[in-house]
Amino acid sequence: MSDNRPDSTRQVHTSVAHDSARKHVSGTALYVDDLPEPEGLLHCYVGTSAYAHARILNLDLSAVIQYPGVVRVMTADDIPGRNDISPVQQQDEPVLATDLIQFAGQPIFSVAAKSRKIARRAAHLAIVECEELDAVLDIETALEQESYVLDPQVIQRGDSKTALETAANRLQGKLRTGGQDHFYLEGQVSMAQPQEDGDMLVLTSSQHPSEVQHIIAHCLGRPNNAITVEVRRMGGAFGGKETQAAQWAVIAALMADTTGRPVKLRLDRDDDMLSTGKRHDFLIRYDVGFDMQGRILGIEFMHAVRCGMSADLSGPIADRAMFHSDNAYFLSDVTITSYRCKTNTVSNTAFRGFGGPQGMLGIERVMDEIAHELGKDPLTVRTANLYDLNERNVTPYDMVVEDNVLHELIGELVDSSAYKDRRQQIEDFNRHSPIIRKGIALTPAKFGISFTTTFLNQAGALVHVYRDGSVHLNHGGTEMGQGLMIKIAQIVADEFQVDLETIKITATNTGKVPNTSATAASAGTDMNGMAAQRAARKIKKRLIKFASKKFSVDKSDIRFAANHVHTGKHKVSFSELAEQAWRARISLSATGFYRTPKINYDPQTLSGRPFLYFAYGAAVSEVEVDCLTGEQRITRVDILYDAGNSLNPAIDIGQIEGGFVQGAGWLTTEEIYWDKKGRLRTHAPSTYKIPTIGDVPAAFNVRIWDKGRNREKTIHRSKAVGEPPLMLAISVHSAINQAIASKTGAKQLPSLDTPATPEAILNRLNSNG
Amino acid sequence: MHTTVRFILAGRIEEISHCDPTLTVLDYLRESKALRGTKEGCAEGDCGACTVVVGELRGDGIRYQAVNACIQFLATLDGKLLLTVEDLCEPHGELHEIQRAMVAQHGSQCGFCTPGFIMSLLAMFLDDPDNAKTRSDIESGLAGNLCRCTGYAPIVRAAEQVLTAHRQDRFIAERKQRLEQLQAIQTVESLQIVCGERHFYAPRSMATLCTLLEQHPNAVMIAGATDVGLWVTKQLRELESVIYLGAVEELGAIDSADDWLSIGAAVSYTDAKEAITVLYPGFMPLIERIGATQVRNAGTIGGNIANGSPIGDMPPGLIVAGARLTLRSAHGQRTIDLEDYFIGYGKQDLRAGECVEQILLPLPSAQQIFATYKISKRFEQDISSVCAAFSLQVNDGLIMAARVCFGGMAETPKRATTCEQVLSGNTWCQETIECAMAAIVEDFTPITDVRASADYRMRVAQNLLQRFYLENTSNTFPVRLGSRFVPVIADV
Repeated sequence: MSDNRPDSTRQVHTSVAHDSARKHVSGTALYVDDLPEPEGLLHCYVGTSAYAHARILNLDLSAVIQYPGVVRVMTADDIPGRNDISPVQQQDEPVLATDLIQFAGQPIFSVAAKSRKIARRAAHLAIVECEELDAVLDIETALEQESYVLDPQVIQRGDSKTALETAANRLQGKLRTGGQDHFYLEGQVSMAQPQEDGDMLVLTSSQHPSEVQHIIAHCLGRPNNAITVEVRRMGGAFGGKETQAAQWAVIAALMADTTGRPVKLRLDRDDDMLSTGKRHDFLIRYDVGFDMQGRILGIEFMHAVRCGMSADLSGPIADRAMFHSDNAYFLSDVTITSYRCKTNTVSNTAFRGFGGPQGMLGIERVMDEIAHELGKDPLTVRTANLYDLNERNVTPYDMVVEDNVLHELIGELVDSSAYKDRRQQIEDFNRHSPIIRKGIALTPAKFGISFTTTFLNQAGALVHVYRDGSVHLNHGGTEMGQGLMIKIAQIVADEFQVDLETIKITATNTGKVPNTSATAASAGTDMNGMAAQRAARKIKKRLIKFASKKFSVDKSDIRFAANHVHTGKHKVSFSELAEQAWRARISLSATGFYRTPKINYDPQTLSGRPFLYFAYGAAVSEVEVDCLTGEQRITRVDILYDAGNSLNPAIDIGQIEGGFVQGAGWLTTEEIYWDKKGRLRTHAPSTYKIPTIGDVPAAFNVRIWDKGRNREKTIHRSKAVGEPPLMLAISVHSAINQAIASKTGAKQLPSLDTPATPEAILNRLNSNG
Repeated sequence: MHTTVRFILAGRIEEISHCDPTLTVLDYLRESKALRGTKEGCAEGDCGACTVVVGELRGDGIRYQAVNACIQFLATLDGKLLLTVEDLCEPHGELHEIQRAMVAQHGSQCGFCTPGFIMSLLAMFLDDPDNAKTRSDIESGLAGNLCRCTGYAPIVRAAEQVLTAHRQDRFIAERKQRLEQLQAIQTVESLQIVCGERHFYAPRSMATLCTLLEQHPNAVMIAGATDVGLWVTKQLRELESVIYLGAVEELGAIDSADDWLSIGAAVSYTDAKEAITVLYPGFMPLIERIGATQVRNAGTIGGNIANGSPIGDMPPGLIVAGARLTLRSAHGQRTIDLEDYFIGYGKQDLRAGECVEQILLPLPSAQQIFATYKISKRFEQDISSVCAAFSLQVNDGLIMAARVCFGGMAETPKRATTCEQVLSGNTWCQETIECAMAAIVEDFTPITDVRASADYRMRVAQNLLQRFYLENTSNTFPVRLGSRFVPVIADV
């Protein structure tokens, strides 16, 4: 075999380290606050409300203005454009409060000073005279008063009422799921730099630079093209910087516009937690009818969702919760009602899973309860209810589940985790262990991939090949740690068959790829990867055409491999070909665009095909519960996840492990606590407890399913991995329930709300039901 | 008095004669030195993103420890060596072994917490390099570093890869040069930094300290500043005068006499751990769970007592052990029972110009059963909702004396006197325990707050007494999580 036709080097489906890994470990990866500070930089901070609901009678900022070192103070009156940061055109959330305060922690004014310390100190000096108003602080009150940010929604299929009435067995119950703070390690931060003509460059930590750009433009009363927003990387985001990074960028930009000086705004951790939204907490009621095998005949869910003071993304989040009320199970006769409650608390927002986890928790709770009622292994009940392959395979919103792999995947996991033996051993253990009880549970996850807002499913990329063959890669996705940049670089390197080092990863910039969607919904790689591949292929096609002519060979004989282009008998380096193509006046730059195919969804009827495909996985968790104190520990976890044909198994494993632990935190230690005045009391790591290294299960076996392959034509047949693993942590909650139930012997499964803190667990252990 | 803070950074001696007395190491690094590899995640010593390593002379060597730069005041570094993530890379940009392991194991995702992890790993790397670290060492050494992306699993793998036996690196190889550098900046003089009307003092002796306290009765005393640091970073308070106790020789001493172990007020948790737990193994589960490594390296038992918190973890155990406290001022010394120090919420028996000098811990007696328990939402690095300590003298199945004390149950750490009365003189049996559990209701009216409800606190306080009994009597079943105790299955 001549070296003219070597095998291509595979750049995808390989475990390559994160592109910034060396910089991360050396401290040389730059985040917004690490960038060199421009001359004349001012530091901006916000003054916030102490009340949950109040009318401002008088705002006295004289002490703020007079504080030494303060340069400027701004209120809503100083905003030249529209005072609104609502991402969904609800116009229900101001940048700075006008006369009405709607949650404790709401920004009222901003102050710029020569140092951050001065700005922070000065921000405390305002005298805000208020008339306190009655506040709606919890879901129950909101339901009672019909206080909603958006209209209630219903998904209905079949006749759940009759099914419930005629079923052999029927159960009712309720479950509360707690909120969750994102606790990205890098807090919200933005730096705005005025440019000529009054234009603005904003460097920010946002998952959605285009939205930041558009909101700044309308707040400043300028066209979009006057604003450029750039994001190189975030120190974590998890949904918390999807819409809610905008406010701080806007405030910095307004101040920069007013003063004509660069302005940085970085929130302190406590203020970040007080003033930005969290995962929605839910009240879920259910009414289920089932047969003696535990198969569900009819079910009704009521979701009451705490949205906070504005809509933000609550509409699609609550929708997604409804779409995941089935999780992996066929529900023939079903009604799901969703109330989007308005409360005088910070506006809740996107968080990994986007409502999906809450919806799934409801149905998994139902599975456990049915099993308990019938005295069966919950796994038997789950298996009996799984979507079938050819029938019983239509979701409540009328989408056919075409790609279900769970029967096979769960079967493998049951074996590899020795679920059945361990369940038996645990039963034996529990019989003789009055204080320490164990529990084990297997839960699956089926998660729909695509934005349910159909028009968001579009992405763009920009690829340049320079004369020396080096490649500049840009696309609309943002890097928050998930490894998006390296995966897309792998895709482009694979197209050109060049070394990864040849691909320059560049900051996401609204000036390069416009009108992008947020990097969210686990779809960052699916969408931007496909767009980048298309851009690369355009250039490649031009190069092939050029080479075909130049070397007089058929296009089909031209092959890219190992940094070279093989043209029949000749071989030329990729860089040499780039140079020659340039001399021949061939364009070496291209954009790529992708719109997700097949999706078709009617938001009026909440039905259709909102998702291109589903991601699947399952987990077995084992826990120990201390019946004297309610403390628990996760002792072993086994996960099997379908990442399709994984683009980068190492990166994907990282998402699975990290997502699982984050989900376990949501369900166990991470408690959001509001006091009676609606003030958040868990606003720092001293009071809000995300998992530490000691919370990682001693045995943590994570595997990517080797049979995984996306039946849809996604990028290299891979599957999304960002969000779904978080929901595998529901197995922890189920396992704790099993442990508690073994102790109480109550007829109905104890109703354990989340987070299952030691206190919540002990309460269940000491109650009968 | 010398008036220049001198410490080693990047292999060079830094000399600073004018600085804000409460300038933090983190702000100094990021703002004054533009060394921005060290990150701010929380500015309250709870996330570890700002972790740096501080080296100081210990015996004939250097002891390296991880601390949180965000709440460490710069002037406390006088005479020490500061290592940041920037120090790790080799001159030619090669990565340190720790960094290579983190890359190889995919230990970073967003990367923001990573420099902090690297530095905590470095402190472990340099500590006892001949011996491998266990999984439990790794968990303990990294419990103060929060990561929100990875779920920690790859970081554990990286740590296991690199913390093997017989570790060797540049820092270990260059020990002699660093030792010489450190010795060159030692001084016997006290330190005074002036910043306008504000002062930072680091006295070297008790006598100087007492004089300073007399002159500056409103000065804030700090040792680890793990609490006072937050007054600055969170409450934005401008402290007028700060007196640092960490350089006072007498306050750093641990001495054992015939009947007492005396612990200087500025001894850190880390340094006190061995001496205390040798005498009282029952203290171990508690001391290991106070803050996390960075906090235990900086924070002191004296500070935990002096600030009078109702949820300080050390007082209940010390009180049931019968600890006493010596207080010192320019006018002399007095010794009181530790429990009498706590008068009410925010009120202690500490007079103007006085400081906590030492904690006197009596040696345990032969029949003493002693245990401490900590209950919190999260196992590691959390503040107690309830902290319990029990000390019983049991002779021939009879409880001769009982001391029971709880934290988190009242406005001060407080003994459960009714409960003690029920126990004392009674048989060491389940029935007595149940009566004593019921009696705790008479002793406390706990509150509901962010950490726990009043009901939970009460129930757990009672149940911990139950656990104490079960743990000290023979059982056929496990009574603690993770005990790996297999129940005796007799009836199968």
